[in-house]
Amino acid sequence: MKVVIVQYNAGNTCSVDFALQRIGIQAVISDNADEIRSADKVIFPGVGAAAPAMAYLADKNLVNVIKKLTQPVLGICLGMQLMCSWSEEGDTQCLGIFDQQVKRFAETAGKVPHMGWNNIYGLQSNLFKELEESTYMYYVHSYYAEKGAHTIATTNYGIEYSGALNKDNFYGVQFHPEKSAKDGQKILENFINL
Amino acid sequence: MLTKRIIPCLDIKDGVTVKGVQFEQMRNVGDPVELGAYYADEGADELVFLDISATDEKRKTFAALVKRIAQHINIPFTVGGGISSVADVHVLLNAGADKVSINTAAIKNPSLLQSIANSFGNQCVVLAIDTKVVNGDWYVYANGGKVPTGIKTSDWVMQAVDMGVGELLITSIDNDGTKKGFAVELTRQISELTNIPVIASGGGGIAAHFADVFRDGHADAALAAGIFHNKELGIPELKQYLKDNDINIRL
Repeated sequence: MKVVIVQYNAGNTCSVDFALQRIGIQAVISDNADEIRSADKVIFPGVGAAAPAMAYLADKNLVNVIKKLTQPVLGICLGMQLMCSWSEEGDTQCLGIFDQQVKRFAETAGKVPHMGWNNIYGLQSNLFKELEESTYMYYVHSYYAEKGAHTIATTNYGIEYSGALNKDNFYGVQFHPEKSAKDGQKILENFINL
Repeated sequence: MLTKRIIPCLDIKDGVTVKGVQFEQMRNVGDPVELGAYYADEGADELVFLDISATDEKRKTFAALVKRIAQHINIPFTVGGGISSVADVHVLLNAGADKVSINTAAIKNPSLLQSIANSFGNQCVVLAIDTKVVNGDWYVYANGGKVPTGIKTSDWVMQAVDMGVGELLITSIDNDGTKKGFAVELTRQISELTNIPVIASGGGGIAAHFADVFRDGHADAALAAGIFHNKELGIPELKQYLKDNDINIRL
């Protein structure tokens, strides 16, 4: 099993790597196109801002590489948002794998960033195998993906939005499975076993 | 629904966990990684590790410890203690910390908060404020609560929010170590002043104190140390109590 974590200017790469090590996976961290294409599973992490992240991917010629991947791909947090069509954060054109747009939480939603443990509902994917409805996951984000046809889990913070997305081989989670205790670890295991 | 968070704090000196009572007398209570993993299993929502040795020589040792923590612990954690530059922050975040807590260095140089927020995002910048009542008003104290700054706590909070701080860790020096309850009114004032999460710290002795600071103080999270380290209050029983009292909590 070859797992590649896409390297870009994102903050949580080593946290994801450590979480994979805890379930016995030695991942490769790389921004090399051939390395990414040759993986059995690709993880696209992310903490940071949308515009510089997309600029980095464009600079490394990774935009089309990621869009054309056929093996399971898991975007985490900003990684998931970058897989959407557009982000209000810096008015950024994203990868367009999911149709959703990414918007900023209204101040009326609650404190921003949405930071802490919140539930996931309406679980509809093997990614959530053996997990119970309304399990808690750890979130840190100020922007969210709207609900839509690709939504496989919902989260509520002022509004209902996409806690997770799936289209074909592409998966995205807004929360941080690498920081979400045992249930988060189970999601990483489920992804590895897809 | 977003839950209230319970955060054990581990003070680290020369790689070992200690707890300051009123910031003075200290005693060892265990290995940071082991203790942190224990709390994560018990249901802690986050952890804070404060390096109170915090000399330049010890900084590298702490970064190595932070890496070990990140490898073994599966919940978010904040690190702090003597952080005074963007470069310090870079080292700690690279080692696997999720957030950094800044205190005295930001009082000396408030723009540091802005530099860190711009470089790494405001979600990872926690401003720690040690505060104490003087003539009926709350004032900021520097250097581990020892040095008065003459700055009003509410003024400092507003300035810090403008600088892009993502979260506030408010320790009442008057309450710390007393086990008589958190500074509920202070916490409520600060929580109403801003739209960023507030962590209440200092004075938590029994489960009811946590309920008070969540319900009446509007705290988003509550931090404690000694009562957890000395096993006076277990995290599972604390969280069950809060749940039974209709406070939204992760069990």
